[in-house]
Amino acid sequence: MIDMMPATEEAAADIIRGHAAAGRPIAIYGGNTRSGLGSQLAGMDRLRSAGLSGVVAYNPGEMVMSVRAGTPLAEVEAALEENGQMMAFEPMDHRPAMGTSGVPTIGGIFAANVSGPRRFVAGAARDSLLGVRFINGKGELIAAGGRVMKNVTGLDLVKLMAGSQGTLGFLTEVTFKVLPRPKASATIVVSGLNDPQAAAAMATAMSLPVEVSGAAHLPQTVKARFLGGALPEGEATVLRLEGLEASVAVRADKLAADMERFGAVSKIRNEQSHVLWREIRDVMPYADGTQRPLWRVSVAPTAGHQLVAALRLEAGVDAYYDWQGGLVWMRMEADAEADALRRYIKALGGGHATLIRASDRVRSAVAAFEPLDPAVALLSRHVKEKLDPKGIFNPGKMTGAAS
Amino acid sequence: MSEAIKFLDPRPSVLSRRKDIIADLIDLLPPEALVHEARELVPFETDAFVAYRRVPLAVALPQTTAEVAAVMKYSHRYGIPVVPRGAGTSLSGGAIPQEDAVVLGLSRMTRILDIDYANRTATVQAGVTNLSISDAVSADGYFYAPDPSSQLACTIGGNIGMNSGGAHCLKYGVTTNNLLGVKMVLVDGTVIELGGKYLDAAGYDLLGLVCGSEGQLGIVTEATVRLIAKPKGARPVLFGFETSEEAGACVADVIAAGIIPVAIEFMDKPAIEICEAFAKAGYPLDVGALLIVEVEGSEAEMDATLASIVEIARRHGVKTVRECQSATEAALIWKGRKSAFGATGRISDYICMDGTVPLSQLSYVLKKTSEIIDRFGLRVANVFHAGDGNMHPLILFNANDPEDAARAEAAGNEILKLCVDAGGCLTGEHGVGIEKRDLMRHQYSEADLAQQMAVRAAFDPQWILNPSKVFPLEGRNAA
Repeated sequence: MIDMMPATEEAAADIIRGHAAAGRPIAIYGGNTRSGLGSQLAGMDRLRSAGLSGVVAYNPGEMVMSVRAGTPLAEVEAALEENGQMMAFEPMDHRPAMGTSGVPTIGGIFAANVSGPRRFVAGAARDSLLGVRFINGKGELIAAGGRVMKNVTGLDLVKLMAGSQGTLGFLTEVTFKVLPRPKASATIVVSGLNDPQAAAAMATAMSLPVEVSGAAHLPQTVKARFLGGALPEGEATVLRLEGLEASVAVRADKLAADMERFGAVSKIRNEQSHVLWREIRDVMPYADGTQRPLWRVSVAPTAGHQLVAALRLEAGVDAYYDWQGGLVWMRMEADAEADALRRYIKALGGGHATLIRASDRVRSAVAAFEPLDPAVALLSRHVKEKLDPKGIFNPGKMTGAAS
Repeated sequence: MSEAIKFLDPRPSVLSRRKDIIADLIDLLPPEALVHEARELVPFETDAFVAYRRVPLAVALPQTTAEVAAVMKYSHRYGIPVVPRGAGTSLSGGAIPQEDAVVLGLSRMTRILDIDYANRTATVQAGVTNLSISDAVSADGYFYAPDPSSQLACTIGGNIGMNSGGAHCLKYGVTTNNLLGVKMVLVDGTVIELGGKYLDAAGYDLLGLVCGSEGQLGIVTEATVRLIAKPKGARPVLFGFETSEEAGACVADVIAAGIIPVAIEFMDKPAIEICEAFAKAGYPLDVGALLIVEVEGSEAEMDATLASIVEIARRHGVKTVRECQSATEAALIWKGRKSAFGATGRISDYICMDGTVPLSQLSYVLKKTSEIIDRFGLRVANVFHAGDGNMHPLILFNANDPEDAARAEAAGNEILKLCVDAGGCLTGEHGVGIEKRDLMRHQYSEADLAQQMAVRAAFDPQWILNPSKVFPLEGRNAA
């Protein structure tokens, strides 16, 4: 096993051409902060993006940034912060919950399509991604997309690369859209709702013209783990508003008035609100230093609590909800219960479950990524063959050791 | 009729079997779902890119996914090209058929299957028109955000094929950002579902790949789209400037100040005159360029945002600021803008360009565009989505004069190359179709194009789906 850290696209292409010719697999790494996600890539040569670092182009007036893939996320966020801007999709940090270390890279964020609470109204990482440069499995440099906000020129390989977990190519540069950072933020807390009541309250909040940009439900079992236990008595259903100070104040009053029929309402302002949503984003309740199986489940918003209720009849499950109830963070008490979980997801209208964390024993037995319908799996395999004909990039990472 | 853009040569093996193919399709489909008489085929020979036309072999107008699958399975078996068609409003020739093709028209699949407010989704058949989704949910306080100018006629299936945009995309994104799932028929007739009422893909983002693929990866028959709660209020405001350059610079500064209105639309003097004559929207006629800026929210929010925009506009010497006083007036302002293409069509033939450029290049590209147009001795009207740099120069010409038509095409190509060279792209929302196909090498390297074509071939190895489109006809074997 060797570690390779090319400093140029040409060097990366050379490495990949060599490995393709030899049929030698490569594990692709950014900061390796999601080490342990998906099938093990033990013993393979490692191709790291860290040598490809730095901002290529950033004109805040255009709200677009081009960055080399290995650039630390913190560096990108600092540059944006300086100009009062942000990535709208609010990428989460996997390190606390996964118990990993390392430096998150911007390439890794897009390769794994990492998003946070704002995703359900502002889009995922893939929605902000405008252009990529990558080396395909033949060692060719490919550019897709561009640096303009609207672009339908040819096939959208940009979307394909986002979330492909390094199985289709080695990202060398990403160009993405940024937005002005909201000047103010407030969170309305509705207290004492059970899961179904919270789902109804969140759906109502989303039907109002107040532009809710975060909607999460924190049941009793997790609530004390947020804001150092400072949330009010009872389960907390939290609704975030962002924007100009005056506008946030007006919308917060309107939303609070509408939410009073569901339960006791209180408000959290700016800095505390930021902290709360960062904790929700980074799954802090389950940053518990254990290897108890942690699932990230995406279903229709109204299906989230039904899924948890159904599973509870069979297994020990702790859970909380983001994305209006559609993103369920689920920690199992003992076994991963993958079959039951995936059966109920199907029965409740579909979605997908990703095993974010588990012991090596569990991980070797459970497909980390949602198994695909056979026709879609076949199509995906064909797509992979077109980008990585020799199958050298992260083999089996998304599909399991079997394929 | 222009002939500069070539189509693939019809496959003799298909043409020679025309009668058999029609007989087989008659067996496969209900009687009303097949069109094959010569005079009935005429309406399908072109789309809104009317300079080119080809009469198809037959037109299938299925009403169910199963019927679509049957046509695909049959066509795949015999290597018959299939050209999908929504409402035929493509401005890039995306729905123009070819002599050996079966047109698969989705216009009779018009059922709204499910409206789910709690999950904020609508599931509709592909032939449902864009506007009818918003119409169906408007009374309950929701809308579907992408709003192409042709939204009264264009279908959601066509929108997905072209990843359509519209005036309000600055805030809400284009089709791909508002599409949650599709049911689609693959080239061999297999029916798959991608996505649903949940977010993000399990596995590769094939939904993102399909959106904007111009009917080359499969036939979308149903779609699940995002519904959004309507803002409390929305107000378009007119800003008149002496010159296009001033208006362009104002747009860049508004965005740079961190203000994202819902829409910023730009019209130059010719466009203002054309639209005003048609819609009587009250556009000022004494200015060189006009911005329509729409803000939304509560009255107080709109006032605050507008005040900031007015301040920036004053720095760029704005001559006229006109806020509309009523909903009727607001509707008129949008009517004028959205009928720009139709209104232009009343006074002249035109071709509509669709390049997108970085905001910092707007003024430069506008200036260069007018130089190119002058050099070719043509006229142009500019009307476009300035907030996201998506330009629509309408090049006016006389279609009855082949030399004039050729000049217009040549000028258009130069303008698109200008957009690419300025750091932009050939098409922001209309698609490549046949119109921009032969310019693809100006934007992409051989390796880039070969990679796209290879991925395309993963879905359609025989290249029977809309085969004359998007990719230059030469060099396809390399994939």
